[in-house]
Amino acid sequence: MSEFLEYSLLGLLSGGVMALIALSFVLIYKGTGVVNFAVGEVMMLGAYIYYAGAVTFGLPPWVAFALALGVIGVLAIAIERAVLRPLSGQPAVAVLMATIGMASIVHGGVEAVWGGDTLSPPTLLPRTPLLLGEVLIPGTVLGNFAVAAVLIGGFLAFFRYSKTGIALRATASDPVTAATLGININYAQRLTWLLSGLVGTFAGVLIASSAGLSPLLASAALSVFAAIILGGLDSILGAIVASLLIGWVESVSAGYLGGKSRDVVPYVVVLAILVVKPYGMFGTRTIERL
Amino acid sequence: MPLAVRWRTASNSRPLTPGTTLSTAGTSPSQSTATGGLALSVDGIDLRFGGIHALRGVSFAAEPGQITAVIGPNGAGKTSVFNTISGFYRPAAGRILLGDEDITNTPVHTRAGRGLARTFQNIALFRGLTVLENVKLGGHHTMHAGVFSALTYGRAAREEELRLRAEVERKVIDFLEIDHVRHLSVDVLPYGLQKRVELARALAMRPRVLLLDEPVAGMNREETEDMARFILDVQEEWGVTVLLVEHDMGMVMDISSHVVVLNFGQVIASGTPAEVRRHPQVIEAYLGAESEATA
Repeated sequence: MSEFLEYSLLGLLSGGVMALIALSFVLIYKGTGVVNFAVGEVMMLGAYIYYAGAVTFGLPPWVAFALALGVIGVLAIAIERAVLRPLSGQPAVAVLMATIGMASIVHGGVEAVWGGDTLSPPTLLPRTPLLLGEVLIPGTVLGNFAVAAVLIGGFLAFFRYSKTGIALRATASDPVTAATLGININYAQRLTWLLSGLVGTFAGVLIASSAGLSPLLASAALSVFAAIILGGLDSILGAIVASLLIGWVESVSAGYLGGKSRDVVPYVVVLAILVVKPYGMFGTRTIERL
Repeated sequence: MPLAVRWRTASNSRPLTPGTTLSTAGTSPSQSTATGGLALSVDGIDLRFGGIHALRGVSFAAEPGQITAVIGPNGAGKTSVFNTISGFYRPAAGRILLGDEDITNTPVHTRAGRGLARTFQNIALFRGLTVLENVKLGGHHTMHAGVFSALTYGRAAREEELRLRAEVERKVIDFLEIDHVRHLSVDVLPYGLQKRVELARALAMRPRVLLLDEPVAGMNREETEDMARFILDVQEEWGVTVLLVEHDMGMVMDISSHVVVLNFGQVIASGTPAEVRRHPQVIEAYLGAESEATA
């Protein structure tokens, strides 16, 4: 029983970080209608910049982290302006292909600069483990979850209560009408990409500093896609709940069925749920399926 | 007795006292009411979509504080005129003047700050947001949305603006009698109420000129009379210039002071409701073959 508790707890905690990646994706889908397949690569690139700052240039970890946020922020705005805005009005598939293209450019670039080996960037958070009864929780797992929870809570509050957050929701819901109310659509979309990039960088650095950094980090986004589809592409709350669920299923199946099963079982669960609820647990009925 | 008289009587029973009349003058220099001149003028607009000549030299003007209606058969170009004024279409020729400012080539979102508001033929509320959130978005343009607004915007001015906005939102919500649903999601509201929320959102923009695209489309007689009363109140008590497109001829003739008739992208007549009603080309455009048969 304590085994099950431990797997469950660890799974839910790692699901929190997954929820950050999912948030990075859902922000863009909701805000601009773009299905961004480069989420994992943005996250990975942020982590590599953090590594370069902290290890190669010997900056204090927090400075290196700020550097990573800054670089990704600038990059996100540049990509929105240079790649995505010219593509607005084009078929969704064209935009989707552009994000896949950017993903492979980042992937190739990262491998060319840093190679494929696993690096260990310094950790931002204390490593002191926490003993809950008989369950031992590694400090980084707990810290990651705490950061993710604070960020996600902050975003939910931002979208619910702030002027800018409500304006972003309005833009996501109906850009034409939003423009007639005086909302600058270009500004709103730029802000969306910026926020998404920053959230992705948080997720990348958190994961890399607890589990090591290699180009494989980008594939962490893959299981997140399962969570996003499960939650409903356009629902932030759905993405969070689904991420926690998938994290839990991954952890429990890895614990009882062996490490390999974590790559299979979550997708089986997703498929089973989608058969019953084809628009995800919280998704809008009208959105297109991929 | 025309319906308008009844609406006016109804409007007098409204709880809004003259002292609470909303005035945009003085609160924001960019929105001071245009004195003299015209609130909105459309000057020789030409609009083409590929081979289709949607508007040909369309010119008309909306007098300040009056209700002007644009009517015409389906496909006459009424919505094209509205979309050009809103800035969704760029005309091939001609100018749009708001007050004495040429807005022909300004971006859509900057027109809100200049005092232009509109509603849509198909309700364009933000689904998933509450009534209050929708109305609040109407005041969005008066504030910088940026993270740095606190730095670029004086603190006192910011607080004053927030206070004024809260007051406008409260009055607008009271005025349109949607207070009881303010915290409901707009999706669950009946059609007539959704139309009213959309009007409330437009009023929260504190416009000088309000464009109403078929405000009573799909409404029954009672809802139509309610909406007509609201529009008359907006014009009378708040001094807003109203330009509306509408198919309901009875309502147009009753509440408008000026009517512009479009057919095939051209203005075929304009004048008071009585003048327009007698105009032979208008009769032909609306009744077509029938008028020839009776002639």
